[in-house]
Amino acid sequence: MSTDRVNVLKTYKLYVGGKFPRSESGRVYEVTDSKGNWLANAPRSSRKDARDAVVAARKAFPGWSGATAYNRGQVLYRVAEMLEGRREQFAAEVAAAEGLSRAKAAAQVDAAIDRWVWYAGWSDKVAQIAGGANPVAGPYFNLSTPEPTGVVAVLAPAGSSLLGLVSVVAPVIVTGNTAVVVADEAAPLPALSLAEVLATSDVPGGVVNVLAGSAAELGAPLAAHQDVNAVDLAATASDTGLATELEVAAADNLKRVLRPAPAGDWTADPGTGRMLAFLETKTVWHPTGGLGAAGSSY
Amino acid sequence: MTNESTPATGSPAAPSGLFTYAPAPESRAVVDIAPSYGLFVDGEFREAADGGVMPTLSPATEEKLSEVAHAGAADVDAAVRAARTAFTGWSALPGAERAKYLFRIARIVQERSRELAVLETLDNGKPIKESRDADLPLVAAHFFYYAGWADKLDHAGFGPSPRPVGVAAQVIPWNFPLLMLAWKIAPALACGNTVVLKPAETTPLSALFFADICRQAGLPRGVVNILTGDGATGAALVAHDGVDKVAFTGSTAVGKEIARTVAGTSKRLTLELGGKGANIVFDDAPLDQAVEGIVNGVFFNQGQVCCAGSRLLVQESVHDELLTALQRRLRTLRVGDPLDKNTDVGAINSAEQLARITELAESGEAEGAERWSAPCELPSRGYWFAPTLFLGVSQAHRVAREEIFGPVLSVLTFRTPEEAVAKANNTPYGLSAGVWTEKGSRILAVAERLRAGVVWANTFNKFDPTSPFGGYRESGFGREGGRHGLEAYLEH
Repeated sequence: MSTDRVNVLKTYKLYVGGKFPRSESGRVYEVTDSKGNWLANAPRSSRKDARDAVVAARKAFPGWSGATAYNRGQVLYRVAEMLEGRREQFAAEVAAAEGLSRAKAAAQVDAAIDRWVWYAGWSDKVAQIAGGANPVAGPYFNLSTPEPTGVVAVLAPAGSSLLGLVSVVAPVIVTGNTAVVVADEAAPLPALSLAEVLATSDVPGGVVNVLAGSAAELGAPLAAHQDVNAVDLAATASDTGLATELEVAAADNLKRVLRPAPAGDWTADPGTGRMLAFLETKTVWHPTGGLGAAGSSY
Repeated sequence: MTNESTPATGSPAAPSGLFTYAPAPESRAVVDIAPSYGLFVDGEFREAADGGVMPTLSPATEEKLSEVAHAGAADVDAAVRAARTAFTGWSALPGAERAKYLFRIARIVQERSRELAVLETLDNGKPIKESRDADLPLVAAHFFYYAGWADKLDHAGFGPSPRPVGVAAQVIPWNFPLLMLAWKIAPALACGNTVVLKPAETTPLSALFFADICRQAGLPRGVVNILTGDGATGAALVAHDGVDKVAFTGSTAVGKEIARTVAGTSKRLTLELGGKGANIVFDDAPLDQAVEGIVNGVFFNQGQVCCAGSRLLVQESVHDELLTALQRRLRTLRVGDPLDKNTDVGAINSAEQLARITELAESGEAEGAERWSAPCELPSRGYWFAPTLFLGVSQAHRVAREEIFGPVLSVLTFRTPEEAVAKANNTPYGLSAGVWTEKGSRILAVAERLRAGVVWANTFNKFDPTSPFGGYRESGFGREGGRHGLEAYLEH
């Protein structure tokens, strides 16, 4: 008679508005490792879950976009700290999800942690590379400043369940956007576990919302949603039909669309492109007037 | 009423009780308009392949100014091929050499600015005061500004050696025909792209004169191609497979259609679309200056401006005082002959646009807002609409929600700064806004919370080539002007 302890398995749930609900649809789907062994039942999110997540993201937007850049940078850095403490767990999940050796999976986790740190540092620097004063030909102080676009729907890329995910989520939120993230359907568990890290890292509820399910099923209502400002179509890299369909739907309220790039190496230097894709430039004109009693023209 | 020298267009009407001006018309003799124009493709003027032509009218008189070719699919194809062929040489040219062509263009525009201003006023209907003092100086400045970027792109923040995108399809509106051409062509050429540009159906002439400026500047053939035509021409251009980049300025409805057209392609897209700008006046604002800014905000270019301040949000406590001053000021606006140097408000650009403005104004009355115009005699021929206020407008009224693109101002009120911001942002658009207050910290706090691409504090409708311009939300995406304006035309 064996005395091996029976594991306590985790019920994987969605992350919406800072809470961990099941899908309102009650649906789940089987998630397996690369060899086909059962790992967990993941919630299969519905259109209603997607809409609830948009509401949560919109509600969180004023607070998160209004927070100081320093504050947002510290929160993202805190995510890295929390992730660092759970490296073993994530290495195991990534190894199972992607069929990697433990060493390679651990390298992915380390790269994901380092990516949070890299983006954390951008919070109070991006305005200095993307904005600035404009020397207009008149008595005006003219200043351009980048601002977050708003609520961004992120269809996370396939094939890189943690590093790829972090590489698309961190650049969206570091500048003050809030996100509705659809995890890679085939490998959602690292994403659902990352939600637990976010929940314990001072990321306000609703800033990142994580859904599991089909990118096609959830992408359609998100791309068509009138209160979503932008969409990252990374998940559609191998499905040009779906990418086109979602881009057409996104045109209805002129969402900013980040088209999918061919599957690349997520360990490469990400550059600033993913941050800049979800920023708006606001330009403010201030009369400088004159010092004399003559006053200024308007 | 003494100024009735040209009954066809009418001189600026001097409202009763005000002093009158003698007519001061600018001479038409400085511009020589040919009876017909072809398409400018590969450095030469040619007829449309199917021989199609269309007239262009003076909106102030309905006189036919000229006849231009109506480009079809075959012409689009020829122009895109010419641009593609020219791209190889143009993009390989050292930036310093491209710069010199653009500097030449800027200088020739300055030299010919009187001619071009008169031409623009004839074809568009805008007051000569505006085409002379706003449009043309900004056109030259835009080319001068981007000329200087052509050999400095390595330092623009888009990577060490950014490459041009390729062939740019550019479709522009009728409200600032030559200025919108400059906004499109100057950055595209500076970055090493070649272009096919389609001017608006009702204002093709200044783009065709620009083709002549390209000839004078010695610009290599095919670098700039001009296709005149209508919406179908534009649709064929943006859908053409040989195009790498689409840039459009115009209505939000057409912008959405273009976004659907380019979906699923590798074409890059920037859109500068409609707006419903809020002009917010706080109770501590300098009211006389605010009145001038409100008038400039919504009656500049007959209100046919995407960033017009078409919603006045005035703090309740100064509503009556401000409206009295505003109405007094509107009584002095001179509406009439666009070529008269005294004219403040010219003609509406087309019968179609006049019908749209008229319909929306009628909806304002039907929905219960109070309509007010200063007494003003409008010319008997041409397309005219008197500067108009709607008082007591609610946020639900169509005149508060829809872009009118005409000389119509909707007046709403607010009590607190929070309410002002909420009302200003209560629109699917997000192009412009104005803030009027003497308190500096309030300007900054309000400007920060406005979801609009351009915010003018204690001023309105100011433009500069160094200053990025473009919208949030359904006002489009991408920026024109400044370093930001290079991004749309570079691979990075």
